[in-house]
Amino acid sequence: MELFINQVLAGIATGAIYACMALAIVMIFQAIDHLNFAQGEMAMFATFIAWQLMQWGVPYWWAFLLTLIISFAGGVIIERLLFKPLAKAPVLTNVAGFIALFAIVNSVAGLIWDFTIKQFPTPFGSSPFLGSQLISTHQVGMIGVTLGLLIALFVFFRFTRIGLAMRAAAAMPESARLVGINTGWMVALGWGMASAIGAIAGILIAPVVFLEPNMMGGVLIYGFAAAVLGGLTSPLGAVLGGFLVGVFENLVGTYVPGVGNELKLPIALALIVIVLVVKPTGLMGHTVVKRV
Amino acid sequence: MSVLLSVHDLRAYYGQVQALHGLSFDLNEGSMTTLLGANGAGKTTTLRAICNMVRSTGPIQFEGKPLNGKSTENIVRLGIAHVPQGRGTFTTLTVEENLQLGAISRKDTKAITDDIERMYAHFPVLKQRHTQQAGTLSGGEQQMLAVARALMLRPRLMLLDEPSFGLAPLIVRDLFNILGKINREDKVSILVVEQNAQLALEIADKAYVIETGRIVMSGNAKEIANDESVRKSYLGY
Repeated sequence: MELFINQVLAGIATGAIYACMALAIVMIFQAIDHLNFAQGEMAMFATFIAWQLMQWGVPYWWAFLLTLIISFAGGVIIERLLFKPLAKAPVLTNVAGFIALFAIVNSVAGLIWDFTIKQFPTPFGSSPFLGSQLISTHQVGMIGVTLGLLIALFVFFRFTRIGLAMRAAAAMPESARLVGINTGWMVALGWGMASAIGAIAGILIAPVVFLEPNMMGGVLIYGFAAAVLGGLTSPLGAVLGGFLVGVFENLVGTYVPGVGNELKLPIALALIVIVLVVKPTGLMGHTVVKRV
Repeated sequence: MSVLLSVHDLRAYYGQVQALHGLSFDLNEGSMTTLLGANGAGKTTTLRAICNMVRSTGPIQFEGKPLNGKSTENIVRLGIAHVPQGRGTFTTLTVEENLQLGAISRKDTKAITDDIERMYAHFPVLKQRHTQQAGTLSGGEQQMLAVARALMLRPRLMLLDEPSFGLAPLIVRDLFNILGKINREDKVSILVVEQNAQLALEIADKAYVIETGRIVMSGNAKEIANDESVRKSYLGY
């Protein structure tokens, strides 16, 4: 029983990270109808920036904050330079763009910081949480930061005018322009926010998976699985999907014989395929119906 | 009466296809003008060209300043509210959020709240449904919402693309009465595109008839309504 609870809690903790990645993926998908394959690499790069800042002596939380700002700006710049010109291009052109971005970010990170594994600090410590062997303080921190982020995003989208404008621009771009919304900048803002959310995910998971240019590969696949499971059109679904995938992954790895750690990743991929076949709209997504 | 909107020698293109062939007209401040014509005559294209939603040439002036080259959102911000065909409702958002969005380019948040109440007074059914998803409204209610959303901009000029489309005759009558009231009382100039010529001519003061991208007839709405040969050959009633 203790093993079970332990695995569920650990699943929720990593699920929080998947939730962040899924959220970032959904935000960009909502804005431009494409999956950002480079989301994980952008998060990895942001994590390296945080690490570099700390190497230069910046305290953890200041480095965290600075990294978010830099990531936000970076996301906006990538959208303006690379994806704004591709806005009307065919799907495959965009896919090529994302793959190029993936390769470039990955190589540049390797070039600057090399491919050796680095330790990444945690501000929460890794001792047992409140003396309990079931969950560590860092895992509790991961869950806490994610929940805080979700509440902040909810408030932003529900109660601010700019949040409303972003929702309108994502749902119906032409109508949004007709009420005076600059939809181009709303897309850029979405990229900035997705990039910053990804950075949070990277920084939180880095103490667990260690820092290196390929650290987000697996995490991104789980993020995709979470986003697909939740329905690509629903931020809430993405979050729920993240937690479910995290728990599912751990339980299957523990209890299904022969799976273990090595076969966890194919399970995420299998999950994507199954959801797409059985319920393509995911748990909370909606079918896009247009009245003619 | 001064000219609010002037369009001169407007030519518009969809890809290689030319949809408007040199169309000119003026809209006076405070007037309710209607563009009439059959399917495919170029009515919708004219409205879309004014808001720079289709490639076009020919000077378009609003309050004496050129609109050409401005982005759609910046044209809207000058006070031109466009209710497109199909109404442009944000179907996944609530009725109240739709109204908020109509005023999204305004900064005076206090006045916006008052204006929302004013819209609820104009259209009581919207108040009943203010927390409902706009997509769940009936066609008539959605058209009311579209007009209300446009008014939230506090526009100088409202462009309406076939507001009667798909609505029951009684509701259309209601809607046009409201439009007339808005035109007279709120001093909003209106350019309305219609296939329902009879009704449009009743409430408009000036009318233009378009055929295959050209204006073939213009004049006082009453005179056009009374001219039997025009009615027979262009308006079909």
